[in-house]
Amino acid sequence: MSSIAQKKGFGATIWDYMTTVDHKKIAILYLISGGFFFLVGGLEAMLIRIQLMKAGNDFLSAGTYNEVMTMHGTTMIFLAAMPLLLAFMNAVMPLQIGARDVAFPFLNSLGFWLFLFGGIFLNLSWFMGGAPDAGWTNYASLAIASEGHGIDFYALGLTISGFGTLIAGINFVVTIINMRAPGMTYMRMPLFTWTTFVASVLIIFAFPPLTVGIFFMVFDRMFGANFFDVTMGGNTIIWEHLFWIFGHPEVYILVLPAFGIFSEIFAIFSRKRLFGYTALVFATILIGFYGFMVWAHHMFTVGLGPTANAVFALATMAIAVPTGIKIFNWLLTIWGGSITFTTPMIYAIAFIPSFVAGGVTGVMQAIAPLDYQLHDSYFIVAHFHYVIVGGVVLAILAGTHLYWPKMFGTMLNEKLGKWTFWFFFIGFHLTFFIQHFLGLMGMPRRVYTFVGDQGWDLYNAISSVGALFMAIGVIIMLVNVIMTTVKNERVGNDPWGDGRTLEWAIPSPPPFYNFAQTPLVRGLDSYWIEKMEGNKKGMTFAEPLGDIHMPNNSFIPVVISLGLFIASFGALYHLDGDKPWALPVLIIGLAITFISMLVRSLKDDLGFHITKAELLEDQKRGETDGSK
Amino acid sequence: MAHDEQTTERSQTEYEFLRRKRAEEMRGQLTSFAMMIFLTLIAFTAVAADFSPYLIVPIILLLAAVQVVLQLYHFMHLKEKGTGMIAFFMYSGMFVAFITILALVTIVWW
Repeated sequence: MSSIAQKKGFGATIWDYMTTVDHKKIAILYLISGGFFFLVGGLEAMLIRIQLMKAGNDFLSAGTYNEVMTMHGTTMIFLAAMPLLLAFMNAVMPLQIGARDVAFPFLNSLGFWLFLFGGIFLNLSWFMGGAPDAGWTNYASLAIASEGHGIDFYALGLTISGFGTLIAGINFVVTIINMRAPGMTYMRMPLFTWTTFVASVLIIFAFPPLTVGIFFMVFDRMFGANFFDVTMGGNTIIWEHLFWIFGHPEVYILVLPAFGIFSEIFAIFSRKRLFGYTALVFATILIGFYGFMVWAHHMFTVGLGPTANAVFALATMAIAVPTGIKIFNWLLTIWGGSITFTTPMIYAIAFIPSFVAGGVTGVMQAIAPLDYQLHDSYFIVAHFHYVIVGGVVLAILAGTHLYWPKMFGTMLNEKLGKWTFWFFFIGFHLTFFIQHFLGLMGMPRRVYTFVGDQGWDLYNAISSVGALFMAIGVIIMLVNVIMTTVKNERVGNDPWGDGRTLEWAIPSPPPFYNFAQTPLVRGLDSYWIEKMEGNKKGMTFAEPLGDIHMPNNSFIPVVISLGLFIASFGALYHLDGDKPWALPVLIIGLAITFISMLVRSLKDDLGFHITKAELLEDQKRGETDGSK
Repeated sequence: MAHDEQTTERSQTEYEFLRRKRAEEMRGQLTSFAMMIFLTLIAFTAVAADFSPYLIVPIILLLAAVQVVLQLYHFMHLKEKGTGMIAFFMYSGMFVAFITILALVTIVWW
């Protein structure tokens, strides 16, 4: 293995990506597969809006509508938003803390493949007898009554991809605690690293309740258990609790990294240090804690009683405080800055009013008596789309433009980027702003059609037009990506010119060992400090040039994940009773997984060393970027 | 060269310091071991003496909590330096679990 450039064939490239343990390549895998699921989820959203375009439409049947709506939510949350954020975390976080890779490169790859196979399994339900149809929240009474295998696909698919996410979370936490470069104290970490850290902690604490809930669901549906069956002494409300104990932190798992990306953007394009860095860090941690104390605000109308409702209502309103701290700090970062309106920056500017609108309606719903009126209406739909699209999706689009040069070594076209922005932004508000009023007029959510002449017709039509605008925006971005890739104009270390953190001090894309010499961090915004002091190298080194120890590539993560994927089909069809092949499939799948785990445990894999001579040769030829 | 193994020779003073330190630690562990045996005895006595369950249950729970703390700090080395992050994570986890259980107990099963 050497670091000398080799031109690879197509097959070799595929093999390289299937076996890679390099965080930058895994980031690209997350970006591609998350992007694919984003398009699938977007397509489902378009189907929903076509169906609701006019009163009494019969474009989708009631049953199909339920499936499309369920899969839109599930896909967007678990298979699009989270992986896309994990893509940026993988691509950027190790670079920001001056590490050569994450703490467990093998696990990083395993996490990705588990997620991908889980996602594929979930989506195969479309072709194998019907998708899940009990909403992304999958409330127990409805889910257990659901016929066919849809819910089983949901439960098994999310279990597998949930393992992947949990592994990713643990990996990032360990990385950030242990792998920071010398001098990178906690209070010098860039804000994106901080939000990655807190979001990963939330993943570790929030996913176990979901796993438990899904296990109960699997046992109820497949093995005749009665955790949620009221007639047998179970309790259907427990699913709701377990789901939302996971579900509310999940919202913060999504939105905190989004905050991180915007914090980086505000600082870079205002050419200013983040205002109130300490307060932003504090607010991030506080939001993380609050995330676990508010889940019952999703269940005000369940009948928990006035005391419980009041406690959770107050806790929910308290979240507005740290979030407000963040908003004001961002505003004060921009204030007096030397602002450049690049594509990421206009996304960030647009994010503030959009997200605040979502936050304000959130505080409205925190008022339990008002929530009784708003519950299950389009007002709720409008609210959470303002939070998720106005916060998370805008951040993902902004991050795509911001980090594209760092990930691929070439800049996305700014002009097309701005077209994407305007179509998406206008479309987003057109679609969802009016849904607030639809909700106030009484239109219930999750219904496949509505009766005309209730004053809803025009508003629904406008909402559907907005969805079309968003679709056009996304298509322009795809065109942009293809054009940029074809042109392939290489860029230098710091293509935006005002990079502040360590990732901008190294080539784009970075060499596979990231830092030939580990940097010494001398303060917040390390690269900016070095630039301001005229250091042409962009960093101070903490060690002399020497051999670097790197992990070997491995195909085992794909095999482990594939085993679980195969076993899931066995488990799923075993219920039917009339399929004798199901049990062997289940056993073979699990055997594949456990044998490959055994191989991994018993076979020593000590990695390899890049010698100093090779590093020197790389530097001499100026081939320090990873575009090989 | 970050991955080279380093071997360090200890001076006589360092050696004696470590020796003293370990003796102290041993004493601490023996003390807490004795305390834990004693606490367990109390718990068993409370049950054997046939007190009211309303007294026994809180006593045993309290003693259990004390034992957990002793175990963590003396035997699992939580009192040592550099364990701040571990302690923080553990207490956050306990806090979250406590809130969850409290809420479920009070609003679902009460």
